[in-house]
Amino acid sequence: MSDDLDDLKQMMDAATPRPDPDRKAENITLARKNFNNLQEFWGHTRPTSDRPEKGLMSGVRKVLKIMSSRGALTATTALVAIYIAMLSPLGDRLMPMNRADAPLPPAKPAVLTEASDAQTRNKAATSGAAQEEMLAPLVEPEMAADSMAIAPAPAGRVMTSDPATSLIMAEPPAVVFESDTETFANAETNPVKVTSENPVSTFSIDVDTASYAVIRSSLTQGQLPPRDAVRVEEMINYFTYDYIAPNGEAAFQPTVSVSPTPWNPDTQLLQIGIEGTAVEIDDRPPLNLVFLIDTSGSMEAPNKLPLLKQSFRLMLGQLRPEDEVAIVTYAGSAGQVLAPTPASERSTILNALENLSAGGSTAGQAGLQQAYATAAQMAAEGEISRVILATDGDFNVGLSDPDALEAYIAEKRESGTYLSVLGFGRGNLDDATMQALAQNGDGQAAYIDTLTEAQKVLVDQLSGALFPIADDVKIQVEFNPATVAEYRLIGYETRALKREDFNNDKVDAGDIGAGHQVTAIYEVTPVGSPAILNDDLRYGTAAPASGDSDELAFLRLRYKAPGAETSTLIEEPIATEVSGSASFATAIAGFGQLLRGGTYTGEWTYADAIALATETKGADPFGYRAEAIQLMRLAESLSAN
Amino acid sequence: MLMKTDDNTLARAASDGDTAAFAALIERQYDRLFRLCFRLTGSRTEAEDLCQDICAALPGKLRGFRAEASFTTWVYRVCVNAAHDRRRRAATHANAAEGWGAWELNRRAADDDTAEALDWLIQAMRSLPDDLRDTLALVLDDITHREAGEILSVSEGTISWRISEAKKHLAALRQQEETP
Repeated sequence: MSDDLDDLKQMMDAATPRPDPDRKAENITLARKNFNNLQEFWGHTRPTSDRPEKGLMSGVRKVLKIMSSRGALTATTALVAIYIAMLSPLGDRLMPMNRADAPLPPAKPAVLTEASDAQTRNKAATSGAAQEEMLAPLVEPEMAADSMAIAPAPAGRVMTSDPATSLIMAEPPAVVFESDTETFANAETNPVKVTSENPVSTFSIDVDTASYAVIRSSLTQGQLPPRDAVRVEEMINYFTYDYIAPNGEAAFQPTVSVSPTPWNPDTQLLQIGIEGTAVEIDDRPPLNLVFLIDTSGSMEAPNKLPLLKQSFRLMLGQLRPEDEVAIVTYAGSAGQVLAPTPASERSTILNALENLSAGGSTAGQAGLQQAYATAAQMAAEGEISRVILATDGDFNVGLSDPDALEAYIAEKRESGTYLSVLGFGRGNLDDATMQALAQNGDGQAAYIDTLTEAQKVLVDQLSGALFPIADDVKIQVEFNPATVAEYRLIGYETRALKREDFNNDKVDAGDIGAGHQVTAIYEVTPVGSPAILNDDLRYGTAAPASGDSDELAFLRLRYKAPGAETSTLIEEPIATEVSGSASFATAIAGFGQLLRGGTYTGEWTYADAIALATETKGADPFGYRAEAIQLMRLAESLSAN
Repeated sequence: MLMKTDDNTLARAASDGDTAAFAALIERQYDRLFRLCFRLTGSRTEAEDLCQDICAALPGKLRGFRAEASFTTWVYRVCVNAAHDRRRRAATHANAAEGWGAWELNRRAADDDTAEALDWLIQAMRSLPDDLRDTLALVLDDITHREAGEILSVSEGTISWRISEAKKHLAALRQQEETP
């Protein structure tokens, strides 16, 4: 602000009086009274005997019933305004034009009149023009039209001859997520590739599940998630499937199936699943965990720091006495809140956790440096060190260069310390940075919106989240042009690798933890199928397809044992025959694509996704799949309006 | 507990029907609202009345808050809109002479310097068109240009432009004074 404004500000501050205490008390009382009346009104669902069978209110109820929650939000102000109008002195004047088809509701809400009376009195006391003022809205109907949200007090709102209609037509408030500072990592949906031109598809695995939780948080709050928040592979990987557990030496074994595509009768889905060896919990090496906790002011919300504390408490129960825990916070200045402490000293750890409080701004990098320094100090031969960063996304203060931060994390990764990122809360969730950090730190990014999710990520998957069993896992699929005309990879947009990177052990890729599952789904169009999207080229057709005609594709997998320099290769041909039917993973893949706009899903709808998911739900011991179906239903309703 | 909770959380709880949360919220916000109301109207009684309008209507609007980013931004928008309504109503009754137009200051000002400064402030605010004055009121209240844009439903650029316009006005005013 320039100097002249500073002067002005000082003058303004000096000139601004304190509110009159009496008027303040009166106004606050009025607000609280109106608030209580409103609660009573909204809570009033008990049918009363003297309620007119047909009339304004029953009509309104009917409207409310059929309206989605989004519509109902808008209706609130309008409805209340109409209600007061009918009962206030002004309302009496308005009534005649409605009286024929809108009888007065029963006496119950008379308290409202009192509120507006009180208000009228106040007005009369302070303004000589009270009467005119009360009337004013009548002569200015356009005022009401310009925004529902500005309805000033006693509400001579627009009374159309059919209030029910005006409610329906009311413009819903723009539904924006809490704020526009959220950023999401994503890329254009993978396109359909022509096998003869581009037979090889290469990508890095991704064990993150953050996207699913973000989608859940959006949908349960009554909004469709932003398209970029939807990463289909993370939705698919949120669930566990019936894959072959590896036996013997290999860290994992692929499970491959080919099934018909539910949204396109002329294509097939190739599903590749891998499951990491489960480590016996008793045999696992000791863990050194450094919790790096964001305690900036924005973490104060109940779904942030308090949820984080509860989550870590759950996790603590899973640790063994020889594990060590340290806590570093970052807010304003970074600080070590808990020096490395054996997990057996539970109360010390819990106390430190309990004493955390939010305040100050965020200095991510300093905190990170301290966390890594602490981890280095704790490290010992044969132990696994991991920094667990918990934040709501504010990771910018004091960080001059995001690339430098990523480089720093990548360098620390070389030193053997892993990084996991846990996201909390919505509003300024910096999903893109979270992803980048976790990917560079060879860790997992998860988004924790509920305690149940904390249980899933931190307790049920403790072994997986914390024990990497294979590093740099890359998948390469070579399609056989003799059998496959076109293919496309569903999801993994942010994980694409170059073809030559597959054999280059220097190129980083995703890691897989103990018991983790990773699923990738391709939609393949067989040669001769009517679903082929690309026409043959008139000139320069590719050499006639050669290759075994009962092979669909050839699967190659590379991974490194944790800490190893060179990779191991797994190879497996995939047969053309259809070996399975549409699975729950298929339903989720379809759901994810619909949320992203459904470029390739044709006439397939949420209803079809719900039907397929319900049919393939299976045992579902923890209810995760049932929850997914619930989310599909929400998405269906939300997309309808 | 309630006193530690942030405004957004309180507002959300209140919109879910939590009476205690609403009481805490309004108690906490009132002085801030009054301050802004005063700066928008330039009159103490107008500001009190405007606060009354807002207090009466706020419970009903709160349900509309749910999807908003910040309670402060939202409530300031309610405030500015209510002020506009009042101004428009006043205009239809040709009593627009109140407020910054004819600011009855309680001249608590003990010394002449302060009195002079206040006179200048009145003159300055009076010289500004409504939209510049509203914008200035918000920005002097430590609202960022981006937030002010959200509150007034215009772009951040417009706010910056308005502020620079307001500064030009004020500079012109000073020059007028200095060269009688």
